Amino acid sequence: MTASNADRTPGRKAGSGGTALTLLAWLIGIAMFFPIFWVVLTALKTEQTAFSMTPTFIFSPTLESFRSALAQGSGYWHYALNSVITAFGSTLVGLALAIPAAYAMAFFPSRRTDFTLVWMVSTKFIPAVGVLIPVFLVYRSLGLIDTRLGLTMLFTAMNLPIMVWMVYSYFRDIPIDIIEAASIDGAGTAQTMFRVILPLALPGLASTGLLALILAWNESFWSLTMTDYHAATLAVYTASFKSGEGLFWARLSAASVLTIAPIVVLGWFAQRQMVRGLTFGAVK
Amino acid sequence: MAIVELKNVAKRYDSMPGKKGAEHANAVEDFNLTTKDGEFVVLVGPSGCGKSTTMRMIAGLEHNTAGEIRINGQDVSSVEPRDRDIAMVFQSYALYPHMSVYHNMAFALELKKTPKEEVKQRVQEAARILDIEHLLDRKPRALSGGQRQRVALGRALVRQPQVFLMDEPLSNLDARLRVGMRAEITRLHRRLGVTTFYVTHDQTEAMTMGQRIVVMRDGRIQQVDTPYNLYERPVNRFVAGFIGTPSMNFLQADHHGDGLGGQGFSCPLGPRLQAALGEGGQRSSCWLGIRPEHLHQVEESSGRGRLEGVIEVIEPLGPVTMVQVRVGDTLVTAQLAAHLDVEIGDTLGLAFDPDQVHLFDIESDQALGLEPDSAASSTQATA
Repeated sequence: MTASNADRTPGRKAGSGGTALTLLAWLIGIAMFFPIFWVVLTALKTEQTAFSMTPTFIFSPTLESFRSALAQGSGYWHYALNSVITAFGSTLVGLALAIPAAYAMAFFPSRRTDFTLVWMVSTKFIPAVGVLIPVFLVYRSLGLIDTRLGLTMLFTAMNLPIMVWMVYSYFRDIPIDIIEAASIDGAGTAQTMFRVILPLALPGLASTGLLALILAWNESFWSLTMTDYHAATLAVYTASFKSGEGLFWARLSAASVLTIAPIVVLGWFAQRQMVRGLTFGAVK
Repeated sequence: MAIVELKNVAKRYDSMPGKKGAEHANAVEDFNLTTKDGEFVVLVGPSGCGKSTTMRMIAGLEHNTAGEIRINGQDVSSVEPRDRDIAMVFQSYALYPHMSVYHNMAFALELKKTPKEEVKQRVQEAARILDIEHLLDRKPRALSGGQRQRVALGRALVRQPQVFLMDEPLSNLDARLRVGMRAEITRLHRRLGVTTFYVTHDQTEAMTMGQRIVVMRDGRIQQVDTPYNLYERPVNRFVAGFIGTPSMNFLQADHHGDGLGGQGFSCPLGPRLQAALGEGGQRSSCWLGIRPEHLHQVEESSGRGRLEGVIEVIEPLGPVTMVQVRVGDTLVTAQLAAHLDVEIGDTLGLAFDPDQVHLFDIESDQALGLEPDSAASSTQATA
């Protein structure tokens, strides 16, 4: 774009290139949002309207599907509780492990630091199904199958590489001089951590935590394979609506909405913090 | 207050690519220095000469790989920075961005569990000295560069440490502020009398602030001396060229009969220069060092040195004018009177007093004919 400075004054009219970009952004945004919109719409329909082949946008909404998705026998609150425990649990444990690891690598790098970072992320290259059988066998002999502890551990392991990497990059943005000033001022490791590093990296830690939370909440592979009922999360709950007596689109949609709603609301509230965290290094 | 001793201190790095702070990669070799109590010592040298590394070793941010560092007689080589009772002012100020000015200054005292009342009193005292009382509630990002600099000083001040370390504290300030803060730091030092190490690459800062100056190059001390002695009796060509602005001129001179000379210049040899030239065997050539302020535009020049060349640059500075003259293949700078009746391209003849020139060995760059007292005060001279 060859927008001159004059174009950058408030209230400017976007140039033709700007308009095209804006349009494109809206198209992509709508394309990404449409499935969610459709799910919400379907959840408000009766099963008959939901099943009809011609897409309907105008109909009289009903909460019937939500009622049955939340009905006594569906166990929504049981699954939701499991989701909350495993997602928040794995996020907290993940942060507790990632922060010291990132601290060591960011402020006391050794020859192997770069390799370790790359190696950790490379573990994410392995498809989960590739380690399913060994993990299953180990979990079976440890009695961890269908336990919240077992699922939390899996989520933690799943997210840890990304969390270490993110926290590491936020820590790297803290000037080493500040850490040195703290050590000269008399701060030990714990005091430097809690009074200097963590407050400075807080926006970054918040977005790391939020990302881990979302990833754990939305996780379905391990939830479906390693749990049955006791530790089953909302992913299992949603999936349970597609079997049994055949497909009930409206109820399935209502269940999906109930599954994603908490995390979407949370994300909505944390959006500001998230954006600030992701651009933490860029705007000093 | 304290006496700081460095004995044969050295820092050797094994290369560690990607490590933060790798810019301090220059080693220090065989560093010896003992301060007086309350002395203001300036470490000066070009970038990468090891001055910052030396200071960081005193701070404990780097470990010396050889030798010992003593503060008041106690070897602190393996003592953590926080237990050395030192305060440091960083080039980047390194203020805690999330704390107010008050808490930046109070941080060290709070960590030591100093009673709240005393913390408050000491912070306010320091703030008053530095004239930043009205800023105590602000965050560092709401301060100007000069104000941040004051807060950084204040943070060191409230500690009432044994030793102050200042690592190029003025280099991020604009020229006018720098001159002001220079005087202020000197005043502070005189008032508090705390032993201070000050690192700078700016020889003007070194000359104006230091009671004693350590000139370093490539990790080694070149000369330790008072500002006056460094200027008058530099031990080698590096120190001679580094101290003084503009730099000393060096001309390669041949020794013939009763004089030194080369293309476009000549210098008669008095007894002092004769003796200097004969030091350690006869020489047929040497470096002739002349400071720009010792060159004059005079007609009559019997018994004086002379040089002559074509003017290439004229820089009027107000009180004086700098003129660069091509003498042989060397560009010689002369500091002349403000109003000069010359133009670029003119041939200019200049005279100098042979008593004011410096001679250096052509091979080793060591000064020739230094008087014994100055040789004693300059602890080290390296080849």
